[in-house]
Amino acid sequence: MRAEATTYTDTFPKLLLMNAAQRSDRPAMREKDLGIWQTWTWEQVLGEVRSFALGLAQLGLKRDDKIAIIGNNRPRLYWAMCSAQSIGAVPVPVYQDSVADEIAYVLAHAGVKIAVVENQEQVDKLISIAERLPDLTHIIYDETRGLRDYDHARLKSFVDVQKLGNQQDARASAVQWEEAIAQGKGSDLAVILYTSGTTGRPKGVMLTFDNVIKSSRNANAYDNLDEKEEVIAYLPMAWVGDHIFSYAQSYCSGYCVNCPESPETIIEDRREIGTTYAFAPPRIYENLLTLTMVRMEDASPFKRRVFHYFINHARQWGEKILNRESVPIHARLINWLGDILVYAPLKNRYGLSRIRVAYTAGEAIGPEIFRYYRSLGINLKQLYGQTEASVYITAQPDGEIHADSVGKPNYEVEVKLDEKGEVLYRSPGVFVGYYKDPEKTAETKTPDGWVRSGDAGFFDPKNGHLKIIDRAKDVGRLKDGTLFAPKYIENKLKFYPNIREAVALGDKRDFVTVMLNIDLVAVGSWAERNNVIYASYQELAAHPKVYDMLAEHVDEVNRSLAEEGPMAGAQIKRFLILHKELDADDGELTRTMKVRRGFIADRYGPLVVGLYDGSKEVNVSTEVTFEDGRKGTIAGLVKIRDMKTHPAVIAAAPIGKAA
Amino acid sequence: MRERSSVDIAAGEALLAVENVSLSFGGVRAINDVSFDIRKGEIRAIIGPNGAGKTSMLNVINGFYHPQAGRITFKGTTRRAMRPHAAAAGGIARTFQNVALFKSMTTLDNIMAGRTLRMHRNFFWQLFRYGPAMAEEVVHRRRAEEIIDFLEIQHIRRVPVGKLPYGLQKRVELGRALAMEPELLLLDEPMAGMNLEEKEDMSRFILNMNNHYGTTIALIEHDMGVVMDLSDRVVVLDYGRKIADGTPEVVKKNQAVIDAYLGIAH
Repeated sequence: MRAEATTYTDTFPKLLLMNAAQRSDRPAMREKDLGIWQTWTWEQVLGEVRSFALGLAQLGLKRDDKIAIIGNNRPRLYWAMCSAQSIGAVPVPVYQDSVADEIAYVLAHAGVKIAVVENQEQVDKLISIAERLPDLTHIIYDETRGLRDYDHARLKSFVDVQKLGNQQDARASAVQWEEAIAQGKGSDLAVILYTSGTTGRPKGVMLTFDNVIKSSRNANAYDNLDEKEEVIAYLPMAWVGDHIFSYAQSYCSGYCVNCPESPETIIEDRREIGTTYAFAPPRIYENLLTLTMVRMEDASPFKRRVFHYFINHARQWGEKILNRESVPIHARLINWLGDILVYAPLKNRYGLSRIRVAYTAGEAIGPEIFRYYRSLGINLKQLYGQTEASVYITAQPDGEIHADSVGKPNYEVEVKLDEKGEVLYRSPGVFVGYYKDPEKTAETKTPDGWVRSGDAGFFDPKNGHLKIIDRAKDVGRLKDGTLFAPKYIENKLKFYPNIREAVALGDKRDFVTVMLNIDLVAVGSWAERNNVIYASYQELAAHPKVYDMLAEHVDEVNRSLAEEGPMAGAQIKRFLILHKELDADDGELTRTMKVRRGFIADRYGPLVVGLYDGSKEVNVSTEVTFEDGRKGTIAGLVKIRDMKTHPAVIAAAPIGKAA
Repeated sequence: MRERSSVDIAAGEALLAVENVSLSFGGVRAINDVSFDIRKGEIRAIIGPNGAGKTSMLNVINGFYHPQAGRITFKGTTRRAMRPHAAAAGGIARTFQNVALFKSMTTLDNIMAGRTLRMHRNFFWQLFRYGPAMAEEVVHRRRAEEIIDFLEIQHIRRVPVGKLPYGLQKRVELGRALAMEPELLLLDEPMAGMNLEEKEDMSRFILNMNNHYGTTIALIEHDMGVVMDLSDRVVVLDYGRKIADGTPEVVKKNQAVIDAYLGIAH
């Protein structure tokens, strides 16, 4: 572990002063405007932040007041955060695509006095809810377009506020300002981040300067990040990830943050900048890969052959080369050629030519997708984080990469599991509490500083990496006490293109069973190639050859579960393929396409009974809703297949201990 | 939505006045003795059922058709016929009902094409992109980029317009017209074939254009909601005749309009 300096700069405004002194000419921020990248050095940023801070003080913003930040990633919105912090106020970034009602809740709950927003769209939202926000005194906007004829009693442009700040005696006010900065301490509240909250009202996570800065410094050390990094700021500013990547880590190490021209131009902007440190949720990597594959289908046959030859080579050797394993010389040579012809141009397309560290997090990423990027030589890694932890809980160290783990605890982070398998963590980044909600705080945070993540996981006995399996509340037990994590098993199945949906059953039962949906596109094209004739989804799903194919997939999943310590007992004993596609119109899926397990178990009661009473086939009829609202029934015979389970692989290595 | 005083416009001078204009194609009378004016800074809608003569009216205004009778006064100059290029030079720009762009050129090039009239260096200077021609190019490129920013089409700057979806092509066409920095902008069904969201975007651009650049706008539109929200004054044509003229509120209540345009309930 890295030796901590005894003293360190403990607030962002202080870090800004330090950066402006030590790296005055280095770029701190860029934004593409009118097609050209505009750059601000650390010294220029200091000037902008100071003018705005003095203007805010003139508008009556005081220590401990709250200031909302709403908009896409724009330099001025980032500066507004630092300006507010410099005079002791607390920024509250809000999701820019929230509807007015949601914004009203957050602003009222936080007691926001001034809102700094991006444009007319956000101003309109705030005006529409103004009477519900008695504390709100001013709205400040960045983009002036369309706002000229608005009533400017409480409305000001960013530049006008800066002018207001500059009107004062320059020297005296600068001195005063730096005094205000000196008063700030690491234990002060730095920011309140509202978690979007899938259930109930959003909660305001309070983080101190110590939380955010220590967590960021540790992250910078973990991945050796320095002032030469380039990142692109494109994820919502209200999300803790962006706050850490595009604000905190930049202030701590001095690297440059680039704001895209518009939300639609990110891929191109990233290519122009050549980011070295990047973060994206799995969905973005998935989309890039799909786009590549679709475009390659349209390429000339020669190019297509070259592409597939080298991609196959990369699949075999690329990851080993990236992990610095020993690789035969001829494989290295072909890899070198592949880099010139295929990999480098591809990475350039993705804007990842200069990438040193790329992270993905948030949800499980398909192993194929993950390995694809790694095989091209992109150091894609997974991390596990939460708002309450100032992001970092665990991350994969360089060279220790597994598609299904989230890595080892970051520096100064302790992780443990409780008896139910829930992940608990403690670190300097752990939040103070939920704003104005001591009850929820007590539910989540123990008196000795451990935080309940709400996620269930286990340490892989092979390598000591943490694996997240499901939300803790969804995890059950088999009758013999074995851990049963339905989503973990379902995700493993769903990574096969042939399987569209999977529903795992097993809580309080003797063994695990699954109900599957085939993917009509993937299995349909397989059927075409293999002369399997079918007339409907139901017929294809019941075909013995389809059952054979899916049995192979289930067997592979069982094999991998057998190697995973606590999961070995949760292998799939029996499975069936449903006679109809699960559909949100029938209430089987949520509108965001998540399976509703309880509902499905009720609806297909006879099938569930069949899965557990040993029958070989079950007769069912199910009511379905058509798109025009009419109802009909699908009836048929559903076969049930028995699977054999694999003996648990006993790990030689002891179970990993948290740092 | 808009807080502008209609007083300004009511008192405003007419930028363009159409007086007793008639136009026929052979035996068909497309426009029959129509008079109205467009005042500086307003958004003026021309509505009417199919075949009412709306597009013909726009074509008369920008000199594409020459009316058989009547007079047109633009910026104080009265004339009977005019050439489209003279209209463009005089400050009238337009978009078309069916998008008319250079399909194989990029968005940026299409908008730069709209700057042609404002370029002063001759062809040879521009051929070499050197010295004064380069300096001029920089100025015009900046204007083009401002328009791209204004219309939020940065992401398609380098895409050939033929590849773009219809809604975006309409926006590029608007950008090209705007690049001329016109005093009067004629929009022929700017929202035809668009979905609700695209219509809202387009409405916002039209309002901002009027507000930000002070462009006077005359538009033909079929979506009554859009017309009533956007325009300061509406003129209604039916079978080539003017049947109503006034603010949206007045026009909406006019019985002749309800019968002829909005239709009698069956």
